Amino acid sequence: MKYNKNHRFGMVIDLDKCTGCGSCMVACMAENNVPFRKDESNKLLSITWMRVFRLTNGEPFPKTDICYLPRPCMQCAGQHEGHSPCVSVCPATATDYGIETGIVSQIYTRCFGCRYCMASCPYHSRYFNWWDPIWPTGMEKYLSPNVSPRMRGVVEKCSFCYHRYQLAKEKAFMEKRRELKESEYQTACAQACPANAITFGDLNNPDHAVHRMVNPDPKHGGRPKNPHAVRLLERLGTNPKVYYLSSRNWIRQAGDNHLKNEAKIKKPVHHG
Amino acid sequence: MKIGRRGFLSFVIGGAAGTALSPLPWKLMDDTSIWTQMWPWTPVPEDGEASYVNSVCTLCPGRCGITVRKIEDRAVKIEGMRGNPVNNGGICLLGLSGLQLLYGPTRIKSPLKRTGKRGQGKWDRISWKEAVSMVVEKLGDLRSKGRAHTVGMISGSDRGTVPHLFERFLTAYGSPNFFRMPSVRDSYELTLHIMQGVQALPGFDFKNADFILSFGSGIIDGWGSPVRMMRNFSAWRNTGAKVIQIEPRLSNTAAKSNKWIPINPGTEGALAMGLAHVIIKESLYDNGFIADYANGFDEWKRLVIDKYDPDSVAAITGIDAGTIVALARSFANASNPLAICGRGDGTTPVGLSDCMAVHALNALAGSINNKGGIFAVSDLDYIHWPEIEMDAKAAVGMQHERLDGAGSRKYPNSRYLPNRLPEAILSETPYPLESLFIAGVNPLYTLMDTRPIEKAFEKIPFVVSFSSYMDETAQRADLILPNHIYLERYEDVPRPIGMLQPLISLAKPVVEPQLDTKHAGDVIIQMAKGLGGSLANSFPWESYYSCLKETLGEKWEIMVEKGFWSGSESMTKNLETSFDTVSGKFEFINPDSGSAVQYKPVAVEGDRKSYPLILIPYDSIRLAPNSFVGDPPFAIKTVDDSVLKHNDVFVEINPKTARVAGLREGELVLLSTPIGAGKVRIHLFEGIIPGIVALPRGLGHTGSDDYLDGKGINVNALIGPVQDPDSGMDAAWGIRAKISKV
Repeated sequence: MKYNKNHRFGMVIDLDKCTGCGSCMVACMAENNVPFRKDESNKLLSITWMRVFRLTNGEPFPKTDICYLPRPCMQCAGQHEGHSPCVSVCPATATDYGIETGIVSQIYTRCFGCRYCMASCPYHSRYFNWWDPIWPTGMEKYLSPNVSPRMRGVVEKCSFCYHRYQLAKEKAFMEKRRELKESEYQTACAQACPANAITFGDLNNPDHAVHRMVNPDPKHGGRPKNPHAVRLLERLGTNPKVYYLSSRNWIRQAGDNHLKNEAKIKKPVHHG
Repeated sequence: MKIGRRGFLSFVIGGAAGTALSPLPWKLMDDTSIWTQMWPWTPVPEDGEASYVNSVCTLCPGRCGITVRKIEDRAVKIEGMRGNPVNNGGICLLGLSGLQLLYGPTRIKSPLKRTGKRGQGKWDRISWKEAVSMVVEKLGDLRSKGRAHTVGMISGSDRGTVPHLFERFLTAYGSPNFFRMPSVRDSYELTLHIMQGVQALPGFDFKNADFILSFGSGIIDGWGSPVRMMRNFSAWRNTGAKVIQIEPRLSNTAAKSNKWIPINPGTEGALAMGLAHVIIKESLYDNGFIADYANGFDEWKRLVIDKYDPDSVAAITGIDAGTIVALARSFANASNPLAICGRGDGTTPVGLSDCMAVHALNALAGSINNKGGIFAVSDLDYIHWPEIEMDAKAAVGMQHERLDGAGSRKYPNSRYLPNRLPEAILSETPYPLESLFIAGVNPLYTLMDTRPIEKAFEKIPFVVSFSSYMDETAQRADLILPNHIYLERYEDVPRPIGMLQPLISLAKPVVEPQLDTKHAGDVIIQMAKGLGGSLANSFPWESYYSCLKETLGEKWEIMVEKGFWSGSESMTKNLETSFDTVSGKFEFINPDSGSAVQYKPVAVEGDRKSYPLILIPYDSIRLAPNSFVGDPPFAIKTVDDSVLKHNDVFVEINPKTARVAGLREGELVLLSTPIGAGKVRIHLFEGIIPGIVALPRGLGHTGSDDYLDGKGINVNALIGPVQDPDSGMDAAWGIRAKISKV
């Protein structure tokens, strides 16, 4: 097989370790100049590139259980590399699939706010700026020059901290290196996670922790071979690059839609 | 020229087709989309040279190392410091939001003098010179009248040079009234003092523990040093260590544990005794430790065997006897078991007898000063200052007993009891409090039952706050001397409580002070110099900076560079010299009261008839309950919509309980307790014992900012303090409550 030089940056989130503390959400907001409003309790309007969902198993006391699930952009590759749900509907080419990195970009100045991408994203990873971002007096001082603040009327989403990739590449270039070390490019959420629940790296690189953890199957769009790993809505065929690990069955089940009694339905047997 | 029908149509159609084929509409559309985006008010952050500064976060007792990314002179991002012994790169959401606290508009911009009534919010900006001379004049006046002992000071900590300067100032001035805000550290300190005869901090060998029995400690909900504890928790996932969580509500810690055992609130001590019963009866305890290093075991054994059989304990705790027996066996049979206590994030003490019962379990398991167990750790002794010069007034002042009764005959071992202050101030016993200094804490928000505290404040003639923010306490001060915030100042920060490795971190100015603020250490030194005489002589330093540099000596250089100084882990495992009690051994008998460790329930306020439910507070790290600052905008944004919706907080209630009362999800109700009431919304939650309701701490702030103010209610205002008879600490764990429709 030809060695694939392209990266497929991805993330593995260990739900057994995730404490639901919310550090990843804030690390992301602080890194990416995400604005905030006075009332953020309507979560459909609350811009959180990384959002931690709270799942419950629905069992009555005392068998009830809860689990937190951090959700960045899944950076879907689609059925064939580049056919992400959002990329394929964008009329302005404001969102595109990076073949070199596997990251889905979002170019704010091209976006004219039609929100087709939001409708097509099955993970609700995209957010629309319904209002101008407003920082209270003085607070603009902490804004980072690496990520441009967005204006009213455009869609935004997680970029796997792409600017960090660019900075790391520039640094490597200056040092006359062509390859990045695993630690050189890490997302803000993975770096901040107090529980070490988020691991980030190149899924194509067998030396990277993410590859070892999930063991992606290239014949099936990167489906994990690790039985404890799942991807959200696997059956949609979006081919996402975010994997979740959990030892608990109900949590892995919650990652996709299932028919009632599906476990009992016999799988069709293929002969020959 | 005549325009016919045909000509007209050709013109219109041709024009339309021509326009459509020309780039014009596309150009216009493009321009419009650009025009509607290029607003001058969308900020364009200035680029520049990037640099990093190492420091330490002091927003909570966690003490994480931080690395701050700067662009020219602006701080743009706070990150966890890699290689720091506390957090090794991790950082919590409060720490990440620190720049909002630095650059936010809610800071106090200069010294302020109250002009209107207390709490009215009318202030005059004054100069630092004026402010300090106001304090000096007031304090000089009190001292000359022989009332030096009536000056008090509340601090968040008693460790490090700044709290030491405060304490030193009070001593040289002539007042014994230095107070430290309560936390579970008080319970642990007392327990170690009584059972082991030492004045020490608890230190836990979490790295090597393989069975962690947590009596309600929110290990991943902010207990101890939050990031460090989460790192430990994840490490246990890798090593296969078991975590058992005992508490009435399915907290995040409970959900992540290997097993959650729901327990009737306030009965943790009884369970500990019940476990001891099984361990003793089945001879599962560490024979060597008990035989050689324990005193009073036989007496305690009789009591435990007599009174705490699994059936009686099951009746108290609501945990079935079989579970108790099985838990006791697995705890005692683990190689390195460890039992810990302190509810939620550990910012409220637990009753002394509860803490002692849990500690007794560690003794039974042989986990005292042992691998994977609990150690008595003495704080690093690095602050060596010249003797305080005591004049006659100081000596006389220090003769007075403390206002809070700590160290008195009634509470001989307690060191600080600020929870008893409101009562003492209001009754003026043993004497009135004439002036109070507050630094780094917000007692009017965090102490339980805020109303009597407010009243007590009214009675203090001169209240001075060092707060950088207009918090609930600062609002009721007479004078505010705003401190630099942690990102603008130098300060030594000793290791967090619970940590074994010796460590001192250094907070240093990441940016220049942004406002007309002053380091509290400098203010204290200036106050002493202003008062002159023996006080000035006791403070020979030019500034706080020179004091700190001199104190840290040769450690200074390395701390400036790395952000911390750390020593190697040295644990005293020698049990021969570990116990400084009268018997020289580990005590199962309290030498002061002469009684053996037992379960003493901490009462719950209110009668069952009018208040059929029980309200308990819970801690969520997203609401920063163990910080002296309110939740910054980023952090409050992360709060779930099942906790906060618009301005209403949700009370968690079991669907069974709700069904009986006819309450529906999201319904607005009135939650009342014997001491207060507030409007909340119903959230049906299966993870809570029927009959118990829970509210998060950290909401209901006033005077903060538009992003936090007016959201939810302060649960501390609904729960009254319950004094622990043995120690005088506030050991309240909840209160009776009722829910009525509105």
